Amino acid sequence: MRLFRARLGRYVATFEPVEAHLLADLVDQVRSLLADRRSSTPQDPLAGLTGMAVGPSTAPPDPAVARLLPDFSRDDADLAAGLRMIREPEVIDAKDAAAVALLDSLPRGGGTVRLDEETARAWLTALNDVRLALGVRLDVHDDDTEPEGVDADPDGPAYAMFMTYRWLTAVQESLVQALLGET
Amino acid sequence: MSPSPGTKVAPRPSTDVDEGTQSAAEVPWVAIVWNDPVNLMSYVTYVFQTLLGHPRPTAEKLMLDVHHKGRATVSHGTRDAMESVVAKLQAAGLWATMAADR
Repeated sequence: MRLFRARLGRYVATFEPVEAHLLADLVDQVRSLLADRRSSTPQDPLAGLTGMAVGPSTAPPDPAVARLLPDFSRDDADLAAGLRMIREPEVIDAKDAAAVALLDSLPRGGGTVRLDEETARAWLTALNDVRLALGVRLDVHDDDTEPEGVDADPDGPAYAMFMTYRWLTAVQESLVQALLGET
Repeated sequence: MSPSPGTKVAPRPSTDVDEGTQSAAEVPWVAIVWNDPVNLMSYVTYVFQTLLGHPRPTAEKLMLDVHHKGRATVSHGTRDAMESVVAKLQAAGLWATMAADR
């Protein structure tokens, strides 16, 4: 692919077909995780009357989803529960909107994308969410050493996942640098 | 998020026990961002600039605090304002929480 660069007020990159397919598939998977989380909350009748969506009060059991939807407080469990209930739906909505914006602007058969600033920001959010989810699955560490289980078998799924994670890191980094260069 | 028109929101009870105590609604709150291994330093800087309105040097300093010290206080204000800030930071993928500023 050609990584992102700024060109005449747009943020431009070119994807091979297999890359576009992979990225779209990963973004779809994260959307599914969040949609499952959203539908796992039983909605009470009062919520239906007032139009207020209510989230669950406890953290998601899936650690990847939990990283996407952290507690609002680290030291006060009651506060965290209450804030999760009233705020989690909007966080999910925002992430989903970013994912949709990416999917709508990415040709599945590959090709060149030319993003305006707003869409570029959505891409950052959606790319970051995929990397966060992969990072949890891989147990990624700060120091860029390969996570355990990856170096053992270059043909294994963990290796492929880690290579994908590194590729997405490069894509996101290129887009951030392009945006930072224009600010 | 706000209730639909016509509904009332019950006021938060005051925690005044003496004249000098602020009510619960007035206690200052802070938004905190925590370090995590996935978020790019450049991305964290960009979010601080665009979501919080910090100028680049401030955004970079806060990002480096997160990176080196494990956490940084990135905003302060009322509880409602910090809820909104934390929700936006979380939507952007940062590990953000809030706390009463005591």
